[in-house]
Amino acid sequence: MKTSKVFVKKTKRGTILKIVREHYLRTDLTCGSYFCKKCFHAPKDLILDEVPEILSSTYNFHHYLLLDTNIILDQMDILETKVLSNIILLQTVLEEVRNRSSSIYKRTLDLVGNKNKYYTFVNEHHRETHVESKDCESSNDRNDRAIRRAVEWYNEHLTTPGGVSLKVILLTDDRNNRDLAIAQGLIALSMKDYVQTLEKHPFLLDKLSHKSYDADADGKLRAPLFPAHLSAEQVHIGIKNGKLLQGVFYASRDNFLEGTVNVDGMDKSVLLQGHEGLNRAVDGDHVAVEMLPETQWSAPSEVVMQDEGGDPGDVNPDEEQVLESAVNGKERTPTGKVVAIIRRNWRQYCGVIQLGFYQGAINHIFVPAERKIPKIRIETRQADVLANQRIIVAIDSWSRYSRYPKGHFVRALGEIGDKDTENEVLLLEHDIPHTKFSDAVLACLPKMPWAITKEDEDCRVDLRNVCICSVDPPGCTDIDDALHCFQLPNGNYEVGVHIADVSHFIRPGTALDKEASRRGTTVYLTDKRLDMVPELLSSNLCSLRGQEERLSFSCIWELTPDAQILSTRFHKSIICSKKAMTYEEAQLIIDDSSQNDDLALGLRGLNNLAKKLKKQRTDNGALVLASPEVRFHVDSETHEPLEVVVKKLRDTNSMVEEFMLLANISVATRILAEFPECAILRRHPTPPISNFEPLMRSLKTQGFDLDVTTGKGFSDSLDKAVKPENPFFNNMVRILATRCMLQAVYFCSGMIQPDEYKHYGLAVPIYTHFTSPIRRYADIMVHRLLAVCIGADHMSPEMLDKNFSNQVCKNLNYRNRMAQYAGRASVALHTHLFFRNKIQDEQGYILYVRKNALLILIPKYGLEGTVYVAPKKGEVLPVTFVYDEEQQTQTCGSVVFNPFDPVKVQLSLDQSDRQREKLVFKLVEPVIPGFSVPSVELPTEEPMEVEIVSEKARPAAPPAKRTKKGKR
Amino acid sequence: MAGLQLLSEYGLRVDGRRPNELRQIRCKMGVFSQPDGSAYLEQGNTKVLAAVYGPHEVRLNRSKTHHDRAYINCQFSMAVFSTSERKRRPRGDRKSQEMDMNLNQIFESAIRTELYPRSRIDIYLEVLQADGSNFSACVNAATLALIDAGIPLKDYVCSCTSTLAPSQGGAPPTPMVDVNHVEETLGGPGLNMSTLPRLDSVVHLELSGTRLHLSHIDPVAEKASTGAADIMAVLDKAVRGHVAQCLHARELSGQGADA
Repeated sequence: MKTSKVFVKKTKRGTILKIVREHYLRTDLTCGSYFCKKCFHAPKDLILDEVPEILSSTYNFHHYLLLDTNIILDQMDILETKVLSNIILLQTVLEEVRNRSSSIYKRTLDLVGNKNKYYTFVNEHHRETHVESKDCESSNDRNDRAIRRAVEWYNEHLTTPGGVSLKVILLTDDRNNRDLAIAQGLIALSMKDYVQTLEKHPFLLDKLSHKSYDADADGKLRAPLFPAHLSAEQVHIGIKNGKLLQGVFYASRDNFLEGTVNVDGMDKSVLLQGHEGLNRAVDGDHVAVEMLPETQWSAPSEVVMQDEGGDPGDVNPDEEQVLESAVNGKERTPTGKVVAIIRRNWRQYCGVIQLGFYQGAINHIFVPAERKIPKIRIETRQADVLANQRIIVAIDSWSRYSRYPKGHFVRALGEIGDKDTENEVLLLEHDIPHTKFSDAVLACLPKMPWAITKEDEDCRVDLRNVCICSVDPPGCTDIDDALHCFQLPNGNYEVGVHIADVSHFIRPGTALDKEASRRGTTVYLTDKRLDMVPELLSSNLCSLRGQEERLSFSCIWELTPDAQILSTRFHKSIICSKKAMTYEEAQLIIDDSSQNDDLALGLRGLNNLAKKLKKQRTDNGALVLASPEVRFHVDSETHEPLEVVVKKLRDTNSMVEEFMLLANISVATRILAEFPECAILRRHPTPPISNFEPLMRSLKTQGFDLDVTTGKGFSDSLDKAVKPENPFFNNMVRILATRCMLQAVYFCSGMIQPDEYKHYGLAVPIYTHFTSPIRRYADIMVHRLLAVCIGADHMSPEMLDKNFSNQVCKNLNYRNRMAQYAGRASVALHTHLFFRNKIQDEQGYILYVRKNALLILIPKYGLEGTVYVAPKKGEVLPVTFVYDEEQQTQTCGSVVFNPFDPVKVQLSLDQSDRQREKLVFKLVEPVIPGFSVPSVELPTEEPMEVEIVSEKARPAAPPAKRTKKGKR
Repeated sequence: MAGLQLLSEYGLRVDGRRPNELRQIRCKMGVFSQPDGSAYLEQGNTKVLAAVYGPHEVRLNRSKTHHDRAYINCQFSMAVFSTSERKRRPRGDRKSQEMDMNLNQIFESAIRTELYPRSRIDIYLEVLQADGSNFSACVNAATLALIDAGIPLKDYVCSCTSTLAPSQGGAPPTPMVDVNHVEETLGGPGLNMSTLPRLDSVVHLELSGTRLHLSHIDPVAEKASTGAADIMAVLDKAVRGHVAQCLHARELSGQGADA
């Protein structure tokens, strides 16, 4: 069973160490082929066909394919079409892939798991295919040799004594390896050569990645456009001696020639400008930057610049002048340039094709939907078909000689402008899992008809006779919280919050649990909800519907009439909600003094206590922030948006919110006391003061001071920022203040210091999420912890593993952020649909004043965009605007534009470019002759080229605590 | 080191073993002539020397004498060259002292000490090369040395470690036997069990490393005890081989004397 040949391996790292490791070679590893009669195969290892199908016209004999590492790394899109099968993956290759890219590694494993006739051959531990590294041989060369040895072995192994044989073809894009293999008498091909011979699948060629390994060969004659990147070793040394800094590159959304790098340990991010400064970095890449001397430091430009127009060829037009002129006597920020890319963070991008000039050409430019991503050159033979479609493209490489990166076509999503396609784009761009639940997941659901059993009754407190009700937005089907309140004989109040007991149905470790954990949150789009858990749970069994018996997790307090907590208790319970109400219905009951039944009294009690709780909270310095939230009234037939309304807030909203906050805080305290190392909590870090600087500056011009040193002071000074003549002013300030905040995040208590647990926005020392387990996975984890605390459930091992919990939290934070962006993008999409064939005048306010533009917010639609006031290149405007940097104003003649000023703009949708519809605004008031346009009521004249491009998804710091219901 | 896993997708460990496989064990008894018993044992790249003196009369420290049984003294030490970085102190540090105590306890319960009242048995252990499961290898080597010295034992004392590889793709986590150094550094719990396999009793059990959930202890301990039983088979074979060899040598020399 055990062949034991000990061999010695040396590795060196950091300080030079000799590491000796054992490496056992085995004889029980099999080749995985039905053709082979020599190995003792376990049935599950038999994967490769005895007679593999012949697809290739040139290589028309039966063969298996063996892939080199570079094929898997670069040509994943071809492999994922599943056209190719009977493929051998070597352990050597898999390990190289894992070291290079964990995401590709995962995709590879998915292929293996899908039983597409991929066999993993453990060559490194096979007695006959193991190769020792020679002296002075790089590990890469050794691995290539190991791969060739495996091909050789397979060819020998798959030859029967009668001389019948199956061949193995080595696919590699590494020319060296290919040449050596051919010299050895093996068949070796590049992916391109092989795919070209597959006559039945011509479109595979489109998906071919064009990464070239003999780099820079394509343009020796031309001068390079970009400086060369440093080698990995130079970067390593540079970082070690402090000359280089490393961080993640974030491209600017407004200016394609600008970006920042967040470096660990620096409070300000490093600014990068121009083609050379960015040096082929793409948003999200991990880069090495070199700081420029302080004399060359620059400031973020105040211009909004898009990469417009077609493909100028491989030249960099002098767009950079605009940037340079921007820095005059302004406060300079640390500036640097990218000298190397440490790790690319390329993914697949959605977008559209911009057709080339000639019919039938195969080279085209791809324009990504995400503005932070540069345009990509692709090769496709089906451009005519794809011209009207949203497609997905992957980047392959970006050479020094090319203005744009090179990529390849992955797949098409559907017609541009079609709502389903656009929704799909939105989901993909935000990496939101939206596939149907798998059978394995659905198998975890309880069988219908479901009823409360005797066992449930035995271990739960029966609250079916208590007058419990739920208050939610209209049309809500996933009701996860319900409340009750009554006065005790001693004058105090008993208040209970009852949360759907989702963890009763989702047991740890099941497929359902894993799927929910992966999705992390339910995503709410304007016309659609993407559930975290299957509908049976979210809208039925877990939803606390009126007049139905449901399982719940209750948190019950005794409160004094002054809303001081006297005691808290938690238990699992059975409830029967008396009524599921909307906010409006609840408000009516509270206001109607003729109603005096238990329900009405309870609601009034809750409402009074909530007001006192809110007072306590704001006295502690909790912030009241604002962000415009809108709803669309959608036509039930055509699903076209009919009307936009801003969500109204009633007393009852805040009533529910207060008790949810109270429950969350009580639960947080309890689980932290029991699990100091592995409680799942939520924190909201105090934002650095530098975040507030722009807001403080523009408020100063309005004569208000902002105290940002403490949460309390901040909240008070926000309250004071009121202008009687501009009623929306305070709201604007709050919207801007929200953008200065940091994201609130989930974390595992063992991973950070206790003094960092604080929740800044709510002004509480600890906080968690307990109240919405139907739509947030974090709440399920908290439910499990709390259930263990009160002895209602067992402990599962993962709950105690703080590293595991931390990983889950990271995913949740990511999913949450993405869900928020997707929600906003969905609103933007519907705004576009709404403005089709419509022109409207709207009241707006100036958010920021930029050097060449005004950013305007239209509260009615929660919409914002840019008005360019400087002329575009080659254009003459009849009026000139003067920008005052100190005062943050633009002046045109006698009209001065201050931040926060009201303006009137005209909205319309520019459909001239079908690929990219734009929302265009024209200034109506204040009137500037030659610039502003007359109101729509008057006959329109020639519209001016002033436009506001509405943003698809804003990345600015969003109001993290705000969720669908405004609950925290 | 990116990407080292305790157990790969294809079911092999870092060094190519399957979860239930021990490393290769090689051993030799009677390697020194000065002590009363000695043994050399390799468990993969972990190499240990054991020497046993006694039972002999207690000379120093008479206070430690027991009137009804033998006093056992174990000394664990690691050669300065045994690890990839040179060790500062071969013995006497906290860890070694703890090892000494554990060894004492193990052999006090395994040796039939009641046969040797007022006497003392010294067991010296030296790790020459450390590559994981050092303590287990020491126990196994000491057993061989004690047998070589002819000291009556209740049974072979066999020690084995086990750990738990995290679950993959929904399958339950896999327990793995005989942990080597790389696996020790990869994290995960480490269970060290010394048993008297034929008596089916555990003389020493130690759990270290990351926390192990209660529900996983049984499979992991089960693995360690089967590992210990496997080790016993190897040791038993070695002992029998050694005895046969000794007998053979004696016959040869006996014949020589007659001639």
